[in-house]
Amino acid sequence: MSSIAGKKSALTWAVHLSVAALVLLWVFPTLGLLVSSFRTTDQIRTSGWWVSLFPAVQNEVFRTADPGAVRIERDGLFMVEGNLYVVAGRAETADDVRAEISAWGVSSREIAAFVPGQTADLGEGETLRVAANGDYVWAGTDDQISGRGQRIFVTAASPPEFTLANYQGVLFDPRNREGMGKAFFNTLTVTIPATIIPILIAAFAAYALAWMEFPGRALLVAAVVALLVVPLQLALIPLLTLHNQIGIGKGYLGVWLAHTGFGLPLAIYLLRNYMIGLPREIIECAKIDGATDFQIFTRIVLPLSFPALASFAIFQFLWTWNDLLVAMVFLIDSSGQTTVMTRQIVELMGTRGGDWEILATSAFVSIAVPLIVFFTMQRYLVRGLLAGSVK
Amino acid sequence: MNPVWQGVITIFIGVGGCIGYFYLSNQLLDRVLFPARGPRIGRNITRANAVRPWLFLLPAILALGLYLAYPVVETLRLSLMDRNTGDVFVGADNYARMLNDPKFWEALGNNMLWLLVVPAASTAFGLLAAQLTDRIGWGNIAKSLIFMPMAISFVGAAVIFKLVYDARPEDVAQIGVLNAIYLQLGGAAPVTWLTVPHWNNLFLMAVLIWIQTGFAMVILSAALRGIPEETIEAAIVDGANPFQIFFKIKVPQITGTIIVVWTTITIVVLKVFDIVFAMTNGQWETQVLANFMYDKMFRANDWGMGSAAAMVIMLLVMPILVWNVWTARKEMR
Repeated sequence: MSSIAGKKSALTWAVHLSVAALVLLWVFPTLGLLVSSFRTTDQIRTSGWWVSLFPAVQNEVFRTADPGAVRIERDGLFMVEGNLYVVAGRAETADDVRAEISAWGVSSREIAAFVPGQTADLGEGETLRVAANGDYVWAGTDDQISGRGQRIFVTAASPPEFTLANYQGVLFDPRNREGMGKAFFNTLTVTIPATIIPILIAAFAAYALAWMEFPGRALLVAAVVALLVVPLQLALIPLLTLHNQIGIGKGYLGVWLAHTGFGLPLAIYLLRNYMIGLPREIIECAKIDGATDFQIFTRIVLPLSFPALASFAIFQFLWTWNDLLVAMVFLIDSSGQTTVMTRQIVELMGTRGGDWEILATSAFVSIAVPLIVFFTMQRYLVRGLLAGSVK
Repeated sequence: MNPVWQGVITIFIGVGGCIGYFYLSNQLLDRVLFPARGPRIGRNITRANAVRPWLFLLPAILALGLYLAYPVVETLRLSLMDRNTGDVFVGADNYARMLNDPKFWEALGNNMLWLLVVPAASTAFGLLAAQLTDRIGWGNIAKSLIFMPMAISFVGAAVIFKLVYDARPEDVAQIGVLNAIYLQLGGAAPVTWLTVPHWNNLFLMAVLIWIQTGFAMVILSAALRGIPEETIEAAIVDGANPFQIFFKIKVPQITGTIIVVWTTITIVVLKVFDIVFAMTNGQWETQVLANFMYDKMFRANDWGMGSAAAMVIMLLVMPILVWNVWTARKEMR
């Protein structure tokens, strides 16, 4: 296509723009959740997350400190000094103020009557000056500077503001009402054995199906392909009954076994497809040199199959980490001690559906680990997908 | 016992047990049962080699049989039983009850809608993304980002899209993107998207399309790269425009891959559970088969009807299963 002269530049631009649009469309939803997880409850409730990426211009009403306690007298003039944001409890000291006032006023009809630094004449010698960072000086006679503080309307731009407090609350709060810290470790406990155990079983089976001659081999391969698509929904009741009968009940052992069983077809299929592509000469040479199948497998085939093993490990990891149904059926009992993150998030969606700071943060805690795995091992994931795409 | 330790021990027992089993059983075979020495050395080696594949396969066959094959049979049996009256054979009774349940028809109808929309949309978007990203400098980054949702759980995606679909009262700022855009474009009032029957199915499907497009893109992109350069060059020489090249030269050559992607996503759709469970739980006419089945099995404790629903899913998967086995056997020859 690139060789079509003349049309090239317009078309290239169109391609670049459409890809950009597509990527934006695909990233936007996730970005929303990520950004929300760094915002405070108030911010999330009062404005869309996309607003928070830009400085927000807001009209606000402040009040100076009440003169009673803080009024000072200088040269017969009474004054109150301070910072609007400090008085409102929004900043510790004047140096912490990050907002920048662009205009201010003292009446609701003229909220932008003055610019920062300007001294406003409030009549009969009473004056007020407000600086860009909220510092103010309110001065006048004994009578004027009394009672309640002066109301001030400001128009201020505050820079994007983000906080880690949500993560602190969800993960490290000792009261830990959301239970995500515990659920995180439970998920990890489910995932790691459920990823490792099927690999070995599948590797041996895949070697036999790829490189050993025996009657019924084609039939077994066909069976594996068939089992690839059997919905695991069918296995729920029969296996739960079985687990109860043999005394495993609901628990980690049950969920490990279940994940192992459900992951095996894909594992065998992927590994067999890979192993069958290994060069025949290597294996035959080893056989001639007197190696047994067991030695060929452990010394030659297994190390050479590392990319396929990695592919499957990533698949199985993502699948077990993200799984909800298998955990709900085989693991989580009524005590709720063994709940996993996906289940916990569904629970939070029901009980605290409006608390987006908690939901967003919890969801992102659970999404973060697979995303890290995804971005670091993407190469293997893609390779695995290509090899196993009959699935 | 702390489950973490339990996990570590299980890994050791599992991995150690596997290695031990394979090593010891091979030793047993080679040293004790059919030693490769003595007067009958030839016959022994042949016999050992005949048994060995089954040693390698045994754990896998046991696990597959117990965890996937047996449940199919057992579910079929359960679907013909009535559990409440003590495992009595009731024939097609459960199926009859299911067919009289309007929720079942709703679920089946919705599932069909999912089957029509999601594989088609994911494959189309995937094909588009694959074709567009193939020839630009930052194509790989773009691909990564479109592929990323594959790593996100259905539950995580449900939360992500609940935020997108969020609706606030009319007089406050919208925090859901969809409503914000809708109001910007002149919508009268914020809509709670997930509660509007029929349309809400589309909003749920969008989640799965969003996840599966990356998968389709990766596979189709590899297929597009595999197309022989000469066919495209010949088309260019003949004066074909880019659209003709794409639709008349490239797409016909990757039809096989498109079918594979389509069927793979179809299987995912048939099993879709988490998204519906987390976002609407089947309310507002969004029920699907897998969630209907879960409802019957674990909420209503009606194993008979639940199993019958599971068998319906199995039945729907069946054509793809047969087709997969058929192609796999064809490739093996």
